[in-house]
Amino acid sequence: MRKRTLLPDLALPALVLIAFAIGPYVYSNELMLFNFVMFLALAQGLNIVYGFTGYLPFGYVGFYGAGAYGFALAVMHLHAPPLVALAAGGAAALVLAVVLLPLLRLSGAYFAIASLAAAQAVYEVVSNPALENVTKGPYGVSLSAVFAPRFSYDVGLGVLAFAFLLVVWLRNSRFGLALQAIRDDPVSAGMAGVSVVRGRTIAWLLSALVAGLVGATFAWHISVFYPDTAFDLGVSIFATVFVLFGGATTLTGPLLGVLILYGVYNAIGITVPQYFQFIYGALIVGLVLFLPNGLVSLLTTRGIRVP
Amino acid sequence: MSPEPPLLVVEGLVKRFGGFRALDGVTFHLAPGEVLGLVGPNGSGKTTCINVISGLYPPDGGRVTYQGRAIGGIASHALARRGINRTFQSPKPFLSLSVRENVTVAATYGNAGPAPDLDALLASLELDTLADRPAGELNSAQQKTLDLARALATGPRVLLVDELAAGLNPAELGRMADRLRALAGAGMALLVVEHLMGFIDKVTDRVVVMNAGREFFEGTLATAIKDPEVIRVFLGGAPHD
Ligand SMILES: Nc1ncnc2c1ncn2[C@@H]1O[C@H](COP(=O)(O)OP(=O)(O)OP(=O)(O)O)[C@@H](O)[C@H]1O
Ligand SMILES: [Mg+2]
Repeated sequence: MRKRTLLPDLALPALVLIAFAIGPYVYSNELMLFNFVMFLALAQGLNIVYGFTGYLPFGYVGFYGAGAYGFALAVMHLHAPPLVALAAGGAAALVLAVVLLPLLRLSGAYFAIASLAAAQAVYEVVSNPALENVTKGPYGVSLSAVFAPRFSYDVGLGVLAFAFLLVVWLRNSRFGLALQAIRDDPVSAGMAGVSVVRGRTIAWLLSALVAGLVGATFAWHISVFYPDTAFDLGVSIFATVFVLFGGATTLTGPLLGVLILYGVYNAIGITVPQYFQFIYGALIVGLVLFLPNGLVSLLTTRGIRVP
Repeated sequence: MSPEPPLLVVEGLVKRFGGFRALDGVTFHLAPGEVLGLVGPNGSGKTTCINVISGLYPPDGGRVTYQGRAIGGIASHALARRGINRTFQSPKPFLSLSVRENVTVAATYGNAGPAPDLDALLASLELDTLADRPAGELNSAQQKTLDLARALATGPRVLLVDELAAGLNPAELGRMADRLRALAGAGMALLVVEHLMGFIDKVTDRVVVMNAGREFFEGTLATAIKDPEVIRVFLGGAPHD
C-alpha cells in the first residue's frame, strides 16, 4: 500500500542518521550529539505507543531505566560483552512491559499515572541499599571495563535507525492502520476484525523495547551512572514534550520536536536557564493553545501528507 | 416463509446492567436471504440485543447460535471474521482515517474470504467521492453509511443494522432500502432495527416487536400494526425512557 510514498519516509531518517554519523567528526561535544540521538530514538519509541494507540505513559522512563540496569547487571555479573548486554537491556525492558500489560486496561490519566507509579516502583527497588550487592543500590554503577564512547555512539545510531524503521513500518503498513483504528475507536476496530488486545500489546512491547535499547546504550556510553539518572523523570517529560510538540503518529513530528526543542535547550537552557524556562513554557503553552496536534498539523490539516 | 434453516438463533437471551434486565429473554431466528425488522419503543433493548449478538457484551443468560454453534461471549473481532457484522446507532467510524482506510482495515482484518473490491463497494454506497477525506469530516448520515461500508467490507453473512435510516432524505432512504434488499437477495441475513415504519415496511420480510427486553410479537408488519398488544405498547402505557 502507498508504495510511492515510501521514499520520503526513508529519506528523512536516512538524512538524520547521516548527519549524526558525521557529527562527531565536525563537532567536539560528542555527549550532546549522543543525547540528541538518544532523544530522537526515545521520542519515536514513545510515538509508537502514544501516536499509534493513544496511551501516554508518563513512566516511559521506567523502560529506559530497566534497559540501563539490564545492561549494567549483564556487564557486572555475567561479564557479558557490550552487544550481548545491550540485548539484555532490551530484554529487561520487555520483561517490565509484559509485567505492566494489565495497565493497558486503564485509560487516559489513570494509565499515565499508573505507569509513572510503576516506573517509580522499579526505581525504588533498584536504588534500595539492601540490594547493593546486585544493583549497587543508590551508589550507582561503574562500567569502565566496557567504556567505548565511539562504538557505543555508533550503536546508538543503530538503535535510532531501528526506531525510525519501526515508525516507517507503522506509518505504511496495514498493521499501523489497524493500530490507529484501535486508537480512534476500539469497539469499531473489534467489529472490523482487529484484535484490540493483540494490537495494543504489540505496540506497547515495541515501544518498551526501543526505550530499553536506548537506556542500555546510554548506560554503555556514559558507563558511570546512578539510579537517579537512569530513572530521571525529566527523560519522560522531555520525550513527551518533544512528541506532542512535533506531532504524534508521524515520523516527522517527534523528529522536529527533538531537533527544535532539544536544540533550544542546548543553545540557551544550560547557559541561561531562566530564559530557557520562559521560552520553553511559552512555546508549549502556545502550541497547546494553537496547535494541539503538533507542528506537523500545520500541514496535515491541509491534506498534505508528511512522512 | 423461508425454507432455509436459520443462520442465527437467539433463545431466551438475557443481559443485565446492574440489577436492570435490558434483555429479559428475547427469542427470534434469522434465515439467510431474510430481512427481519426489530422494532420496539425507546429503551426496549434493540441495541443491546445487537451488542450482545455482535460480541460487545457477553450474555448473562440464554443462547446465541450461529451456523449451529453457540457464539455467546466470543469477542467481536473473531465474530467479524466468522461473518457477523453490524452498524452503530450513533456512527463510530475511525475519525482520523480516510474513508478508504476505514474500509481497508475491515477488509484486511475482518474478511476471511478473498479481498473485496473496495472501490466498487464505496461507489455502490455513494462514498467514492469522499474516499480520501478523513471520516471525521463526514456528516452523520455519511458516517452511518461508512459504518455500513466497513461492515460490508468484512463480507458478512449476518448483518445487524441499527437505525441506519435516521438522517437520510427520502431519496436516500429509498436507495438505502433497495441496497439492503439487494444484500438479502444475494443471500445475506439482515436484522434491521428502525423507528421509521415506512422503511421497515419497505425492507423487511417480517418483524419482531420488543418491549422491556423481550419480544412479544412476531409476524409481518401488516399484521403487527393490527395487533392490540403492539398498539398498546406503541401508543400508550408502555414504559418510555
Ligand atoms: N451499557 C449500558 N449500561 C447500562 N444500561 C444500559 C447500557 N446499554 C443500554 N442500557 C439500558 O438498557 C435499556 C435498553 O437500551 P437499548 O439501547 O438496547 O434500547 P433501544 O431499544 O436500542 O432504544 P432506542 O430505540 O432508544 O435506541 C435502556 O434502558 C438503556 O438505558
Ligand atoms: Mg437503540
